[in-house]
Amino acid sequence: MELISPTDFAKEKVQSVQEYAHLAARSIGNLVKRPLYLADMIQQADLIGFGSLPIVVLTGFFTGGALAQNSASTLQRFGSLSLIGQLVSLGMVRELGPVITGLMVAGRNASGMASELGSMIVTEQIDAMRALGTDPMKKLVTPRVISTVVMLFFLTVISDALGVAGGGVVSNVFFGVDSHQYWSTAWQILVFQDVFMGLLKPLLFGFIISTVGCYYGISARGGTQGVGRATTQAVVAASILIITVDFFVTRFTMTIFGH
Amino acid sequence: MAAPPAIAEQRTYQPQQHRPFAVEFENVSIAFEDRQILDGISFQLRHGETKAIFGVAGSGKSTILKLALGLIKPDAGRIVVLGEDVTEMREDDLFELRRRVGIVFQESALFDSLTVRENVAFRLFEEGTVKEDEIEERVREALSFVELEHTVDLYPSELSGGMRRRVAIARTIITHPEVLLYDSPTGGLDPVTSNTIIELVVKQRDLYQTSSLLVTHRLQDAFTMGTHYFDRAENKMKPLPAGSRGTVPMWFLILRDGHIIFDGDLQSLRETKDEYIREYIS
Repeated sequence: MELISPTDFAKEKVQSVQEYAHLAARSIGNLVKRPLYLADMIQQADLIGFGSLPIVVLTGFFTGGALAQNSASTLQRFGSLSLIGQLVSLGMVRELGPVITGLMVAGRNASGMASELGSMIVTEQIDAMRALGTDPMKKLVTPRVISTVVMLFFLTVISDALGVAGGGVVSNVFFGVDSHQYWSTAWQILVFQDVFMGLLKPLLFGFIISTVGCYYGISARGGTQGVGRATTQAVVAASILIITVDFFVTRFTMTIFGH
Repeated sequence: MAAPPAIAEQRTYQPQQHRPFAVEFENVSIAFEDRQILDGISFQLRHGETKAIFGVAGSGKSTILKLALGLIKPDAGRIVVLGEDVTEMREDDLFELRRRVGIVFQESALFDSLTVRENVAFRLFEEGTVKEDEIEERVREALSFVELEHTVDLYPSELSGGMRRRVAIARTIITHPEVLLYDSPTGGLDPVTSNTIIELVVKQRDLYQTSSLLVTHRLQDAFTMGTHYFDRAENKMKPLPAGSRGTVPMWFLILRDGHIIFDGDLQSLRETKDEYIREYIS
C-alpha cells in the first residue's frame, strides 16, 4: 500500500470539502437558472418518496412501538404510565422520526444516487452530457436535491404519525393504556418548538443525503470497483453527517426556544 | 466510375492563413499525476478537413479531443475552436460552443436508461425549442444516415457494439455540428463493422464537409479514409480513381512522448524517413 504524506492527505481532504461545498452551492444556485427540469424532479420524487414509503412506514411504526415498550417499563415503576403518550410523541417528533427516516432514506437513496452517477461517470455518460451542451449539475444533481428535501419532509411526517400510532398500539395492547388518553396526551404535549425542530431536521437531512450521494457519485473513479466504493462511502458519510447535524440542530433549537 | 466529390477535387492543401481554423492548438501542455501527457503541442485543423491522430496507448490522443471540447483544461497553452478560446471560457459559455461541436466517445457513452430515440434526440429535447414532429423527423433522418431506423425503440443494452457506435454517430450529427471529434470509433470492433463505421465517417466528411479530428489505433482505417471517397450516387464508399490519391481532405498527426512527430498528408507519411514512423506504419 502506497504511503501518503500528511500534507498531501490534508490537501486532499480540504479539496474534497471544497468540491462538496461547490456542488452543494451549485445545486441550490441552479434553481434560479433555466431549464428547471420539472419532469426529472417529479420522476426523482416518485423514486425517492413513494419508493421509500414501505421502509419508512415499517421502521416508523416499529420504532414507535419499541419506544413505547422501553418507556413503559420505566414509567410503570413510578406509576406514571399515563405519560407514555407524551414520551412517545415527543421522542418520535423531535428525534426518532427525522433521524430514523433520514438514515433509512440515506441507506436507500444516497447509495442509489452514488451508484447511478458513478456508473455514468465511468462510462463517460456525464462527459457525453456535457459534450451535448447540458449541465449535469442542473440536469442530474438539482432535481435529486430538491426531490429528496421535499419528499423526506413528508416521509418524516408519515413516520412520526406511524411511530406515535405504533406506540399507541403497544401501549393499549400490552400495557392496557386507554387509547383516547394516549392520543390526547400525545397531541397536547406537542408545542411549536417540538414541531419546528422535527420538521427542520428532515429538510437538512434531505439536503445532506442528496448532496453527499451525488458528490460521491460524481467523484467516483476506478471503474466498477470505484463505483462500489463510492456507494459505500456515500451511505457512511451521509449517516454520520445526519447524526452529527441532528445533535447540533437539537442544541441550536433548544438554545433558541429555551428548552 | 463516379467522380470523387467536388470537395475532394477542390482541395489543394495549401496553407490558408487568411481564414480561421476550425481547431487550433498552440503550445498546449497537460500532465496527469506528475506524468506529462502533452508537452507544448501545436497543430491546426482547417475547415472541411479530417485529421487522424495516432499514437501508442496513453500518448494523449483522447486527451486532445477532451481538451478541444473544453471537458478538461490544459496546464498551459491556448486552444481555439471555431474562433472561440476554450481555455478562457467558463463552463456555462462552453455549453453554447458545444452545440456546434460533436463528439463520438470511445465506448459510445449512450445514456443507458434512454431509448435510441431519446439518446439521438437528447440535444433537441434539451434545447426545448424544437417541435415533437420535427424531432421525430430529425431522429429518423439521423438514424437513416447510420442505417439503424429499426432500432429507434430499443435500449443501448439491446444493441451490438457496432450498432452503439452508429447510434452515437447519429446522436452527434443530428444537430449538424461544424466540428466532429471521433474517439477511437472502431476500437474493439471486427473489421467488417469497423469498415461500416469508417464509411460513415467518410460519408459525413464528403457529403457535409464537416471538420473532424479522428483518434484511432488502426492505421488501416485512416489509410482507407485517405484513399476513398463517398459516392453519393451509389450511396457507398469507393476507392479514389488512379492518380487522384491525396485529393481527399485527409491529414495525419502522430504523437510520441507528448510531442507531435508528424503532421502531414498521406503522401508525406508514406515518404517519411523517420525510423519510428516507418516502423509504426509498417
